[in-house]
Amino acid sequence: MSTPVSFTASPFVGKTFGITVSHLTKKFGRTTVLSDINLEIKPGEIFCIMGPSGSGKTVLLKHIAGLETATSGEVRIGDFDAADPATRNKVHLALVFQAGALFNSLSVYDNLALYPREHRECNEAGIRDRVMHALSILSLEKAAHKFPSDLSGGMKKRVAIARALVMEPQLLLYDEPTSELDPVMSATLTEIIATLREQTAVTSVVVTHDRDLAFAIADRMAFVMEGRIQGVGTRDDFKHPTDPVIANFLNPVIDLKNPRFKQLENSHE
Amino acid sequence: MNHLTAIVGHIGGTVLLLGRTLKFIGTLPRQWARFIEQCYLIGYTSLPIVTILSFFIGSVLALQSGYSMENFGAKQFIGTLVGLTMARELGPVMVAILIAGRVGSAITAELASMKVYQEIDALTTMNIPPERMLVLPRLAAILVMMPVLAIIANLCGWYGGALICEYTHSISVDSESYFTALKDYMKPHDITDGLVKAEVFGFVIVLVCCYIGLNTRGGPREIGASVTKAVVSSLILILVLDYFVTKALLMT
Repeated sequence: MSTPVSFTASPFVGKTFGITVSHLTKKFGRTTVLSDINLEIKPGEIFCIMGPSGSGKTVLLKHIAGLETATSGEVRIGDFDAADPATRNKVHLALVFQAGALFNSLSVYDNLALYPREHRECNEAGIRDRVMHALSILSLEKAAHKFPSDLSGGMKKRVAIARALVMEPQLLLYDEPTSELDPVMSATLTEIIATLREQTAVTSVVVTHDRDLAFAIADRMAFVMEGRIQGVGTRDDFKHPTDPVIANFLNPVIDLKNPRFKQLENSHE
Repeated sequence: MNHLTAIVGHIGGTVLLLGRTLKFIGTLPRQWARFIEQCYLIGYTSLPIVTILSFFIGSVLALQSGYSMENFGAKQFIGTLVGLTMARELGPVMVAILIAGRVGSAITAELASMKVYQEIDALTTMNIPPERMLVLPRLAAILVMMPVLAIIANLCGWYGGALICEYTHSISVDSESYFTALKDYMKPHDITDGLVKAEVFGFVIVLVCCYIGLNTRGGPREIGASVTKAVVSSLILILVLDYFVTKALLMT
């Protein structure tokens, strides 16, 4: 049983945005990490990107966030070019990094207060309300005055999500949001992502390995394999995949009598 | 050729970083707290080592020159020599070298670590330009603190020299004669030239260290590599710029 989520997120200012990825290719030196990616993410939808480690999911997410420049092709958020720094003045975008990416020199409270302070969105009392509200959603009130170095990996992740909530985003990107979280907190987080979208219609892109998370919240999903889109479809499409690669990833067969282990055992003897 | 291209690329990158930073100069009053924090880190925490180092540099200078000048019967000019050398050359250069090693390395390590652990990416997605929040307060702070440190270094060096002259038997120049010689032959521009040099060195050190820190790629190992690169680059730049700035100042 997960902790019940009860919160009312502040209404977001302005509209939500869809994302269009067109013929996106990314090379690092001679290595092609993404190859001719085409995606259409609708405004207000929860879109999950799944795939094995090293398949290019996070690099794709970074292109959507405008943190990477494409070798060819483009990513558009609504009518705006994601790679153009000016887009960040027009779209409230928040990215929850896999490792949190919290500012180590700031307390948890100041990490959350940084965005509204820098953008002068409200006075200090208003900032306090927003920060404490976001902390309460993630059950982090007691950690407000701790520093990131004092937090566990899971707590860092929750603080990163709280920081994203304070930004009141129109586009919310999550990079492996449930990694390092215990099952209860994973379930809570799944509820938060779904509730947030329900209440605020925020477009959410979730990069994850977590099949349970994806099946619980995704409106649509994409499967990335070796830098290419292997399949796109609804949650139900992915529950009964026809593609053997996707089927193997989502429903891996665990063979405790795998002959490879037998070989290892023999080599130790 | 690749090495040369890389150097030109780094110079271009540093100039672009400066351009992007100066774009936010109007926001400096809003960065007051960060500016004060940087003044404290750059200036106040460097004071003990600047004081000790300069005192002993002045002392050694007096000792060495006393030993040599006695042969020419020019001991009465030791104050002039120590005074001018500290004000025009050793004060600003030694403070710059110290700042490169102490402050420059800390700046690079902090920014490189922020880059490696995606804090810079987080700032970018939050639409908070790192140049505004991280580079501008440091540049402003070094411009304020370098002349202060250079003046303190000069004073400590002069008094270190005076003490050695007074109490070293083989030199035996009393403090009054020492400071008279120092004052008689020193002009205000000797001091201001030294302060200009200190400003130039400090500005370049912080800019280069910020650039190298913000352009760190890879893992924790690269943080160390960036710090080494930043300190070595700063030291080379201090000594190269020293020649050109001195020459330019002597021509004015």
